[in-house]
Amino acid sequence: METPLIEFKNVTKRFGSRTILDQVNLKIYEGQISTIIGKSGTGKSVLLKHIIGLLAPDEGSVLFRENPIGSLKKSEWDAYRVQVSYMFQNNALFDSMTVYDNVALPLQQTTNLSKTEIERRVMARIEQTELTEVAYKYPSELSGGMQKRVALSRALVTDPTIVLFDEPTTGQDPIRKNAILAMIAEYQRKLGFTAILISHEIPDVFFISNRILALYNGKIVFQGTPEELDEFEHPFKDEVIQSLEGFQEELTGLYSQRHFKVRYQTDLSRKRRDETYAIALFTLEELEAISNVLGHTTAQEIIRALGAYIDKHFGAVGGFSTRHSINEFVTVLPYSDLDEAGRILEDFAKDFQDRGIRDIESVAQKESDSTECINFTILAGLAQGKPFVEMESIIEFAKFRQEEIARFQCELRR
Amino acid sequence: MTTNSHDQDPGENEVTGQPGTFLTRPFAGLGRKVISWVDHMGAATIFFGKACIMIFRPKQIPAIIQQIYYIGAKSITIIMLVGFFTGMVLGLQSYHALVKFGAQGALGTLVALSLVRELGPVLTAIMITARAGSAMTAEIGIQRISEQIDALDTMRIDPLKFLISPRIAAAIISFPLLTALFDLIGILGGFLSGVVLLGVNAGTYFHRVQSSVEMQDVTDGFIKALVFAVIVTTVCCYQGYFTHMRTDSYGAKGVSLSTTSAVVLSCVLILVADYAVTSFLI
Repeated sequence: METPLIEFKNVTKRFGSRTILDQVNLKIYEGQISTIIGKSGTGKSVLLKHIIGLLAPDEGSVLFRENPIGSLKKSEWDAYRVQVSYMFQNNALFDSMTVYDNVALPLQQTTNLSKTEIERRVMARIEQTELTEVAYKYPSELSGGMQKRVALSRALVTDPTIVLFDEPTTGQDPIRKNAILAMIAEYQRKLGFTAILISHEIPDVFFISNRILALYNGKIVFQGTPEELDEFEHPFKDEVIQSLEGFQEELTGLYSQRHFKVRYQTDLSRKRRDETYAIALFTLEELEAISNVLGHTTAQEIIRALGAYIDKHFGAVGGFSTRHSINEFVTVLPYSDLDEAGRILEDFAKDFQDRGIRDIESVAQKESDSTECINFTILAGLAQGKPFVEMESIIEFAKFRQEEIARFQCELRR
Repeated sequence: MTTNSHDQDPGENEVTGQPGTFLTRPFAGLGRKVISWVDHMGAATIFFGKACIMIFRPKQIPAIIQQIYYIGAKSITIIMLVGFFTGMVLGLQSYHALVKFGAQGALGTLVALSLVRELGPVLTAIMITARAGSAMTAEIGIQRISEQIDALDTMRIDPLKFLISPRIAAAIISFPLLTALFDLIGILGGFLSGVVLLGVNAGTYFHRVQSSVEMQDVTDGFIKALVFAVIVTTVCCYQGYFTHMRTDSYGAKGVSLSTTSAVVLSCVLILVADYAVTSFLI
């Protein structure tokens, strides 16, 4: 069995008479994105601060590769700390320093790199996080979203192997929230670090997380994949997940996954066993390339535009949709058989090619000034559903039957 | 290191305790205050010691120069202004006292020795406390409550090295220089009121200044300035750095109280230390 990178063993932390963490046991695995969810004020930040050593447990131990970090030798502790970076909930930027100086600070103070090399690394991060234009401004002159990105740049500038994100999307609009989450996921893939997130963004954060850890009443009550969380039966689910997960997904305005399932179950319960319906799966391909060329924010705007277009078109014929993953949408057409759904999809594809592309172009061209070319395609697949068949297997079949319905070739330039 | 506010309070038993406890209660309170004071003094001494060691770490020179600019260079105007008027009022008051004994010729001696031995170091330290010390506490306090100091920790940057050491080094360099400036401008202020306005002979004034002030007086003044530099920066930085440990208030209110405490405590300690150092040097 895989050895956890970080493990909490019976960690208890008290402040005064208040027990914040009560015999917490958890495991974080290398190279994954693990997200800690829980109600506000339940000790998620406290938990994170134990990993970086800002707080020490009153009881129990925090292990790094099976060694308690409290008993590491100074050299081992230093070697551990070099690998860990932390992004604070309120950013903790130095307000008397410019964006550049904030990002450069850890390199200037903890390495012997030359000034030129520091400048190269810092500017690379600043460009990646779309902050070039504000590099010499002060944090107080930036919007909340920009400040978040400065904090993200600073957290990543030292190329850490473990990055702790304390509510990285707090106070952002839906597009920015998803752009930040997408950015974290992209850097995690590119740089291969282990990300530990605290987030309330349900379900958006599930799209990028490998593992979910649920903190409830001072204890970890669930550790597993987002899919396993679906099956998890615990008061936590009613109190936390359902309260955090809105009726609609914030970014696209489509049904949240939970409400989509509720609607799906309700509609299906009215059907006879021999009645059929159709499910369509849409995929926006090359999302990462779009993010790289047009930026994360524009990529999220495109997802939103696509979601809105799907909803508008299929909603008119009684369909309902949700975002299935970071770049996939599922639409249920409860009153259509496969042939009729095929015709609706053809209409959609034609309409989308004629008008939808223009919508997406206008989104992308809002910020366009680059000559770089971007190609991407939209795939769609249909599958026939029956009341007694699992939805996931129908979606899988729709995925298998996906084909291209729209293509952009060097039409969007930034 | 932190105390648990829910730990049993010794005062709790006294209310329901044995007869006569009301007599001991003030002493218990006083005892707690003294213990707390000793605790803070010890912590502040360790804080200063650790920060001092960090002065000699690499990459400190630019930060020290920057702090010399904030603490020293930016205080020049206020020090000159206060020094000038202190010298003038000293000249004015002393002239009217000396003239009763026909000793107005000794005005230069009185002004110069008063400034170099006492008023220069003390008033300079108090002015820097008001201008730079309060700013130090507020800045460090805000950095503490906005988690900037925690951020330094997470970036493996020692906050004592990054925030405190440059300020202590800069104060140790700036205080004696500003004191010298204060003395010089004060003597010129005394010249203006005593010589230009009240008619004391200019040659006599400067001759008395030159003949009465010895190197020992200047050295003693600088020693005081150094002691005050240590006191002011340690108290002001300590108050800001540990503003989150206050039990009486939190956040912005905590920072404002820490700033007030830092200024009041620095001024009191400057005067106490002035007496102590003078009694050793005299």
